[in-house]
Amino acid sequence: MAVDQAEAAVKGEGIGARVRRKEDARHLMGRGRFAGDIRMPGMSDVAFLRSPVAHARIISVTKPQGHEGEIFTSADAAAVGDIITRSTIPGYKLSAYPPLARDKVRFVGDIVAMAYAPTRAEAEDLCEAVTFDYEELPVIVDCDQGREAGAALLHEAWGDNLFLETSFDSGGMEEVARTAPVRVQKRFRTGRQCMHPMEGKGLVAWWDFQANMLVVNTSTQVPHMIRTGLSETLGLPEGQIRIAPPDVGGGFGYKCLLQPEEVLVAWLAMTLKRPFRWIEDRREHLTAGANAREHEYVITAYADARGKLLGLDAEVAVNVGAYSVWPFTACLEAAQAGGNLPGPYIWPVYRCKTYSVATNKPPFAPYRGVARPGVCFAMELTIDAIAAAVGREAVDVRAENLVPGSAMPYTNITKKYYDSGDYPASLATAREMIGFDAVRARQAAGESDGRLIGVGFSTYTEQSAHGTKVFASWGTPLVPGYEQATIRINPDGSADVRAGIHTIGQGLETTLAQMASEILTLPVAQIRVILGDTATTPFSTGAYASRGIVMAGGAVSRTAEKLAEKVKKLAAHLLQCAPSDIRFDSGVIHGLNGSTTFAEVARAWYTTPEVLPDGVDTGGLEVTEGYKPQVDTGVFSYATHAAVVAVDPRTGATEILDYVVVEDCGRMVNPMIVEGQAYGGVAQGIGTALFEESTYDAEGQPLASTLIDYLLPGPTELPKVRVAHTETLSPFSAHGIKGVGEGGAIAPAGAVVNAMNDALKGLGASLTEIPATPERVLAALSDAKGRSAA
Amino acid sequence: MKPAPFDLTLAESLPQALAALAAEGAKPVSGGCSLGPMLNLRLARPSALVDLRRVGALRTLEGSKTHLDIGAGWTHAEIEDGVVPDVTAGLMRRVAHGIAYRAVRNRGTIGGSLAHADPAADWISTLTALDARLLIRSAAGARECAMGDFMLAAYTTSLASGEVLAAVRVPVLSAGARAGYHKICRKTGEFAQAIGAVVLDGPRGFARVVAGAVEAPPLVLAAASDALRAGDAAKAARLAAEEVDAAFAGQAESFRALHRVAVERALDEVRS
Repeated sequence: MAVDQAEAAVKGEGIGARVRRKEDARHLMGRGRFAGDIRMPGMSDVAFLRSPVAHARIISVTKPQGHEGEIFTSADAAAVGDIITRSTIPGYKLSAYPPLARDKVRFVGDIVAMAYAPTRAEAEDLCEAVTFDYEELPVIVDCDQGREAGAALLHEAWGDNLFLETSFDSGGMEEVARTAPVRVQKRFRTGRQCMHPMEGKGLVAWWDFQANMLVVNTSTQVPHMIRTGLSETLGLPEGQIRIAPPDVGGGFGYKCLLQPEEVLVAWLAMTLKRPFRWIEDRREHLTAGANAREHEYVITAYADARGKLLGLDAEVAVNVGAYSVWPFTACLEAAQAGGNLPGPYIWPVYRCKTYSVATNKPPFAPYRGVARPGVCFAMELTIDAIAAAVGREAVDVRAENLVPGSAMPYTNITKKYYDSGDYPASLATAREMIGFDAVRARQAAGESDGRLIGVGFSTYTEQSAHGTKVFASWGTPLVPGYEQATIRINPDGSADVRAGIHTIGQGLETTLAQMASEILTLPVAQIRVILGDTATTPFSTGAYASRGIVMAGGAVSRTAEKLAEKVKKLAAHLLQCAPSDIRFDSGVIHGLNGSTTFAEVARAWYTTPEVLPDGVDTGGLEVTEGYKPQVDTGVFSYATHAAVVAVDPRTGATEILDYVVVEDCGRMVNPMIVEGQAYGGVAQGIGTALFEESTYDAEGQPLASTLIDYLLPGPTELPKVRVAHTETLSPFSAHGIKGVGEGGAIAPAGAVVNAMNDALKGLGASLTEIPATPERVLAALSDAKGRSAA
Repeated sequence: MKPAPFDLTLAESLPQALAALAAEGAKPVSGGCSLGPMLNLRLARPSALVDLRRVGALRTLEGSKTHLDIGAGWTHAEIEDGVVPDVTAGLMRRVAHGIAYRAVRNRGTIGGSLAHADPAADWISTLTALDARLLIRSAAGARECAMGDFMLAAYTTSLASGEVLAAVRVPVLSAGARAGYHKICRKTGEFAQAIGAVVLDGPRGFARVVAGAVEAPPLVLAAASDALRAGDAAKAARLAAEEVDAAFAGQAESFRALHRVAVERALDEVRS
């Protein structure tokens, strides 16, 4: 059907428009197509027998008689390669992660056997019938244990439990330590978490006899990388693997990894040439997927008498679990932690040691914000501690330590290149919006219900869309280059945009259409965005690191520009003018005398080519182009969050009374989606701050294995978040856009816990650990009481 | 996780249900809000389930001047919405409204919750404060049981194999009776960490102060109840704190603190 372009009112659907999300119609009606919605004739369900112990030597895995063909152990899957994640960082130790455990199990949830059956329940029956004999080994659950001399070893060949140890030293720390008027030392700890996308991991794998290839419909953020990873582990050429991801119900980093289940189910389909499905359940996620956020900090900060930072000496230990994830390694977190600790602040002397400690917990993965939620929490509480030490308002001390707008672009002490922004301005706006002076007045008056009020701030930078040189310096399997997009004008004048990044709920079907609309002026309804399928989209390393709109958006913009040139050349033939005289407006193509439409140009090219002269541009109406920003160092979004809380000193309960976000992600492609990212990120950050923790006992047994024990914040726990935007364009990216996917999750723990500490300061209590549960609040109050009594 | 195999009887009548429950390893199920997850986690592995939701005899309402018998099959939502009439000065509707989430309330039943006997659940404490009685049926006949004799320990009741909890006999409170209920939980809809439940019915000469969610059957605070009955609420609050501290001397101070607060705040509601 030809599209009626005369009706199309497209003004305002390009960059900056609050276009409603194209994908929401199907999702709101329950008509999305997720891995769990896929049904195929003859499909079997897969279940996994997982290790019930955290560390053991495998003695035997015995299948029940009569079911040998439906159950698989590492011996059966000997052809499946280990997941091994290389890196060129000096001192980095490789771990071999066998998708089916071989010789040893290294965490509760490690896969011991795999079974398939017509239903999941029957597959679980088979798993139950397997006999798993093992000899338990000493368990490492925390970083201190892992680093002790003589500790049990996760990977015996290493000689210790350190994936990597790094150190940064600007020089001059001894001098600062000797002369600084103020010294503050703090220990911080951030709890281990699960990411909890609404849809867990899941996939269907099958053999396409027509194409003679393996097809994997996997819920992933990085389909093209998964093809590479499966090729490496299965020994099947990439050309014979198609990753066709269905709808993905959230990723947050959990789905940017090659997962052992993905390898094994794909192997079954490749080997048995039949469809197989695995859908992760919430218990599997809570135990085998408890893979994020657990950091420990010792920070010694030095400042002058007004709280201006003179130096910071830090030790960071990350509890990275048993194996290195592919492709991001076990060391990304600690590298990011050390590099991002300075965040938006300036100080002259910095020393930081990081330890990536192997433990008997699930392999660590990069969760929304990657290290920065922990780093931001530690840094923001340090700022408040310095302010307390010098007897000033933390918000003032914070403002004086931020990189000033006049210093931009600014290269910080860890060589991060901050491209643009005005950090103090965002803090000042947040202070104003949260009503700082009014909160102080209310505090002075006291609360009739006996609760204590506090206000806290947290400012961060978010390095987004870091590129080739950054990743190449780590030597990981993933190094993003030029992001590509393909755009085709269809015979009806509509456009197909294809990109290899995948949609995981972040609205790319809409925002990439807006990027194309900005150039082509077609309404977004006439721009179909096709994502992720390796058979139909150009290569992309995928959706991670807040890179989607910067990289894929930039690629679509660049490609649309090239395509526009081609459209203009063909239109020039039809309108009898020069291509340079052609302009687009609201989807209509204007020449000097008269106008035409994309549909007419397309018709000329595809179905009435006789109207075109000889010597026409033979490139047609389809273009693929690559793009990356002018710098590989990333474009830096930033924000200040401010929170007002009420703490009940009798129960330890905390309520967030008000919450403000003042954010800057450069040019906003769709402000509604930017706000959605802020709301969702803040919700997760509040989970980090107050609720979520994957607790373990001394034997490495996960204690939070259901959602009764692992608390996620719900609507009643979340405040109405007020968001304000500023737009400081990046000088280095197309349209000045910066990434915004992760930011919301970075700052809440800092803002909320600083507010709690502000509330509790009169009682002498201070929290240094998240989640800041009622138990921890009561413990801090009891400690304070004990101190004052002593 | 999916359940291990089991046989399922969709009982249409109480005799049919009781007959099916006579089978070895059979368990009753109504809303399935607690049993369902336990089946899926394979922590509960009954060989047979008897679904009671179609049994009309468990969905009756029979009242008198002194009490209302609420069939065990009424859902929390039906109590919340007033489909089940309230005779407790609004206490039962309010408590029902605070149980988990609406989706749970739509399925979960008052009888199922009581028979499951999770110490942190709401009805066990509420009905103890109200001094309700339980009507229990079996193939052999019927018996009546006081709340204090029903729950023996966490997840353990006096229900014998082959018995079904048929109804809850709730006393009709006098006009002017007052009730207080304070639940401390980590977030909306979660099981309680501490419950305080208080009923004061002067005309009937009844007062009861209960500390619930104590990892055991709810604790009736006798001295506090007496003081409240005698009209001294301040003394009741002081005694309640002492009784909580004494009863839970072996627990962590934070445990005692939460229960003191819950009872105190429930008492405040009766006083104010």
